[in-house]
Amino acid sequence: MNLDVRWPIGGMFSIIGAILVVYGLLSDPAIYTRSLGINVNLWWGLALLLFGLAMLAFAYRATRRPPPV
Amino acid sequence: MPHIQLGTIDYAILIIYFAFVLGIGWVLRRLVRNSEDFFIAGRSMPAWIAGLAFISANLGAQEVIGMAASGAKYGIMTSHFYWVGAMPAMVFVGLFMMPFYYGSRARSVPEYLKLRFDEKTRGLNAMTFAVMTIFSSGISMYALAKLLELVLGWSFHASIIVTGIIVLIYIFLGGLKSAIYNEVLQFFLIVLGFLPLVLLGLKDIGGWQGLTSKLAVVATNAGFEPGAWSHSWKYTDAATHNPMGIEWFGLIMGLGFAMSFGYWCTDFLVVQRAMAAGSMTAARRTPLIAAWPKMFMPLLVILPGMLAIGLHATRGGFLPIGSDGHPNYNLAIPMLLAHYLPTGLLGLGLTALMASFMSGMAGNVTAFNTVWTYDIYQTYVRPGQTDRHYLRVGHAATVFGILASIVAAYAATRFNNINDILQLVFSFVNGPLFATFLLGMFWKRSTGHGAFAGLLTGTITAALHYGLTMPQGATPGIHGGFLGATLHAYPSEMALNFWTALFAWTGCFITTIVVSLLTKRTKTDDELRGLVYSLTPRVEEESMPWYKRPVALGVAVLVVSAILNLIFW
Repeated sequence: MNLDVRWPIGGMFSIIGAILVVYGLLSDPAIYTRSLGINVNLWWGLALLLFGLAMLAFAYRATRRPPPV
Repeated sequence: MPHIQLGTIDYAILIIYFAFVLGIGWVLRRLVRNSEDFFIAGRSMPAWIAGLAFISANLGAQEVIGMAASGAKYGIMTSHFYWVGAMPAMVFVGLFMMPFYYGSRARSVPEYLKLRFDEKTRGLNAMTFAVMTIFSSGISMYALAKLLELVLGWSFHASIIVTGIIVLIYIFLGGLKSAIYNEVLQFFLIVLGFLPLVLLGLKDIGGWQGLTSKLAVVATNAGFEPGAWSHSWKYTDAATHNPMGIEWFGLIMGLGFAMSFGYWCTDFLVVQRAMAAGSMTAARRTPLIAAWPKMFMPLLVILPGMLAIGLHATRGGFLPIGSDGHPNYNLAIPMLLAHYLPTGLLGLGLTALMASFMSGMAGNVTAFNTVWTYDIYQTYVRPGQTDRHYLRVGHAATVFGILASIVAAYAATRFNNINDILQLVFSFVNGPLFATFLLGMFWKRSTGHGAFAGLLTGTITAALHYGLTMPQGATPGIHGGFLGATLHAYPSEMALNFWTALFAWTGCFITTIVVSLLTKRTKTDDELRGLVYSLTPRVEEESMPWYKRPVALGVAVLVVSAILNLIFW
């Protein structure tokens, strides 16, 4: 058994991304004055979520075909 | 200075990160069946994983905090550590040195010295490396715990114990493979954790235009031309024209050649990652792939320092003033984190800082346990034991390495200049190393006695040079001139360090040649096959498409770094 490192990377960033997105939607907009009025939790959380899901997709795709030699 | 307040969500992100690094160690524990699995990851890593680990192991907390501090103190000239220093050296190690490191099947850098030269040269290198590695790991632990104490109000002891135990567990369970997998994860976390900070800072200051106009204030306040903080080469015609206090020749020869090649080409901490690669081509491509993220790292670690000093000079009081009356440059990144990131992303940023610390520490510990087990224990303490025995010793060495780092971290709290002294000793020991490897790999006539004498002479040359010169305005002592008489004064400490490295290299180079010519060769051509350039068949990579070949990658790295130098000229 081997471990494709993309699984844990994808998993971790998907979870952290999802948490930040939810928090960004629920949090008080006042806390974003320091980040120049941008809801950075929402937007960066979304970016992390996409990155995480892409990693998971690559890891999944690798299980479907034999590894390159 | 008030502490930064963290929310529940910030702690949640930190804990998720801890869970994943420990989880990786837990899953990989079953793959460790023998000592080669534990120490060199069974030579099975694909090039991209080894490459990212290569860069991540180097991206410790001291690199992140230190480069940001230099970015504030010297401006964009700090990028020379990357585009003049690291790039050519990384290309060189990949193209020219990896065939011998990997091809010799040596399991460590000291072991290569044993195969190429003799036992005493290996012994000297292994001992000094083991000691220095533990101290670096301890000093970096100390720096991180101090920072967390200052910024977050966390207990110094708790920070040290918690991070130490987590790194211990994941290396103990999964060995080098676990360290490497975690380094890849940590690499992405560091990039994605610091990037929002840089983007927000740049937007706030008005982009590159806004930043250069603010840096012009910094530069004129310090008595330089307005562009001194935002041009990397323009003011290097004379050492007194730029904040780093170095002219182009010392920069290229001292930093670009002696110092950088000494680190990237001979330091087992990074070379170990390439040795873990699955094939010769993968091993050669490891540093060349690592060069790409490394090339853009200044954006992430130097730019924050420049932003912080720009804001400090124009909006006032951005950085706290230290006891020496200057702004505390080391706080550039934590201050930016606190200034721009709301709870949520703040947790991510701090987790990235923790990740950088852990990747550096794990790099030190895995390099230490390998050198200790193979080059010291197996050679001098108990040779000829079973593989199981050495695997157990490796586990014990991991525990010992972490404990010794903790002791070193506490020693650093007791003696406040222990840091400076150790850095200094390291530079004396590391300075000459590249000359030894260069001659060893490319001149078959160089002998064991020559290499050993060269290393010692190089270290002594460095110490003498440092003892007889000093930076302008310093008092003789730890910062130079400790031998009393001062023959030359350099414009800055940085210049003194670069020149010390160059003297160490030259001392070693000349001595190795002279002593080699005076002594008899002890290794026959046959014994040196695979270890020396002229006696090793060229690596055949005809089956690969040209753009995947190491040479093409290496040339591309050099071209792009030359372009970066021109852009920020």
